[in-house]
Amino acid sequence: MSTSEHTAYVRDLAPRQDAAAKFWRFIRRWPVIPAAILAVLVICAIFAPWLAPHNHLWGDLRAPNMPPAWLEGGSGKYLLGTDNLGRDLLSRIIYGARISLQVAAIVLLFGAIGGTAIGLVSGYLGGQVDEVLMRFVDLSLAIPFILVALTVLIVLGQSLTVIIVLLIMFSWGGFARQVRAETLSLRTLDYISLAKVAGAGTALILYKHILPGVVNTVIVVATLQVGSLILTESILSFLGVGVPPPTPAWGLMVSDGRDYLDTAWWIALFPGMAIFLTVLAFNFIGDWLRDRFDPRLRQLSD
Amino acid sequence: MRNFAIRRFIYMAVVVFATTALVFVLSRVNGDPRNVLLDEYTTPEQWEAWGKKLGLDRPLIVQYGIWVGNAARGDFGQSLSQRTNSLDVILQRIPATVQLTMGAFVFAFIVGLPLGVLSAVQRGSALDYTGRLFALFGQALPPFWLGIMLILIFAVELEWLPPYGRGSIQHYVLPSVTLGWLAASGFLRLMRSSMLEVLDSEFVKFARAKGVESRWIIWKHAFRNAMLAPLTYAGLLLAGLITGTVVTETVFAWPGLGRLAVQSVYANDFPVMTGVVMLFTVVYVGMNFIVDIAYALFDPRIRYY
Repeated sequence: MSTSEHTAYVRDLAPRQDAAAKFWRFIRRWPVIPAAILAVLVICAIFAPWLAPHNHLWGDLRAPNMPPAWLEGGSGKYLLGTDNLGRDLLSRIIYGARISLQVAAIVLLFGAIGGTAIGLVSGYLGGQVDEVLMRFVDLSLAIPFILVALTVLIVLGQSLTVIIVLLIMFSWGGFARQVRAETLSLRTLDYISLAKVAGAGTALILYKHILPGVVNTVIVVATLQVGSLILTESILSFLGVGVPPPTPAWGLMVSDGRDYLDTAWWIALFPGMAIFLTVLAFNFIGDWLRDRFDPRLRQLSD
Repeated sequence: MRNFAIRRFIYMAVVVFATTALVFVLSRVNGDPRNVLLDEYTTPEQWEAWGKKLGLDRPLIVQYGIWVGNAARGDFGQSLSQRTNSLDVILQRIPATVQLTMGAFVFAFIVGLPLGVLSAVQRGSALDYTGRLFALFGQALPPFWLGIMLILIFAVELEWLPPYGRGSIQHYVLPSVTLGWLAASGFLRLMRSSMLEVLDSEFVKFARAKGVESRWIIWKHAFRNAMLAPLTYAGLLLAGLITGTVVTETVFAWPGLGRLAVQSVYANDFPVMTGVVMLFTVVYVGMNFIVDIAYALFDPRIRYY
């Protein structure tokens, strides 16, 4: 039997896949839908001024509480309707993406860098240093966060900077804990001892030899954290201590819509839907990344 | 074991002190309580006298010390907005919050546990996907929006349930679901993975080989063993629920501690505020403490630290 005959035989045996089945498998294997949602979100955040059909801060007071375009009384001018001040909801949601992602990105950047540094030092040095640092981690994770944040924000006044600093304090502990655990197992490996024998200093070992080994973990923890960060930020906004108005934060928009629930339900519905889909997409991607790159972390949340 | 418990206890005390100290200092930075307490007809002498009476002329650390001493005896001072004893204001609100938390816990329990078991037993079925979707939603739904949407659907549109307030049994449904969904997701995921593990174990396989009826194996053999993980987790969930009341009670105008916390922060009513935060922190940290001890009792490997 020649080779070509052989491959033809094998091809015949393989189950025939029609396009639909292939598509379904592709959808199940890769997080296509969450990735699409996130892509839309990022594009909205970056190109908000060009994408938003109307001004997001000033509305047409002659057109308050307009329903979405597909409902009776709606107009094609305002796709998702307007709020009580006649501001276009779609434009405000697009700008809201900017705030949410901006906060999440900055918090994660600093939280990840700080937490990773502390985790590396704590895990590598061990002893008293480890003990003290880990107690601080416990402390940061044991405080009822929303209550403390509420008080701090009322006292210091609403500002983007204060919110970001508070969320960083909420976020770094998770990184520190995971990175420390990872470092503990890495530091016993032979190549680290060899580096020590060769005369490498602590800083060099941490930076050159251990850091590359924990990067995966850091990325996975970061994606798993985005969702809860965006949720927490929106809760603060809803309670009235978030990003100061008139900046359109999603949580604040839901809170505004609360008073018009019986006449204009869309004001509360759409911004909340935006939060929900964003968090859902991030959680999905986080789970997927964890399963692919770092299955050991599974015990964290499952 | 005793050393472990003592260390965790000391640590718990440190968290409580740190949190209350933070809130106490912040509340004093926030502004002079006399601005709320006294009106514009106050003479400078009266102003000073009140300052002495409230201890405002002493250094901050002494003020905090005095506050701790009083708090230990259950005296949080006069509420500035309601002109009565803060402790009474706080105590009044406790039943509402406890009932709401219980409602949410019951919801989480009766939805999360069975759904988790069935998801594990019929792994890969439509039911399993429904269960996992339920859990994914629970972790992604902003609690305030969930509450508002439930009000919109069941109170405004269908008019089945009251939109807010507390009174009849119907009033409990929407807030309990709002508060309990996240916890239900936690139960479900934990129950599912723990059940999958048990169903894969030798003794279950043996029971199957022996020909024991499938339903009997699931509920009698596997379920009992798989329950341990969710039960120890229940303490942590309860702690999470208690801080969740801040949002849920705000949405449903529920007269409990969470709403009192928000109200007192806005009203600059610092005696009530510090009292509520302290209570929340003690319960929250206390729950964590109990869970830690329970874990250590069940699993000796944890005691090393």
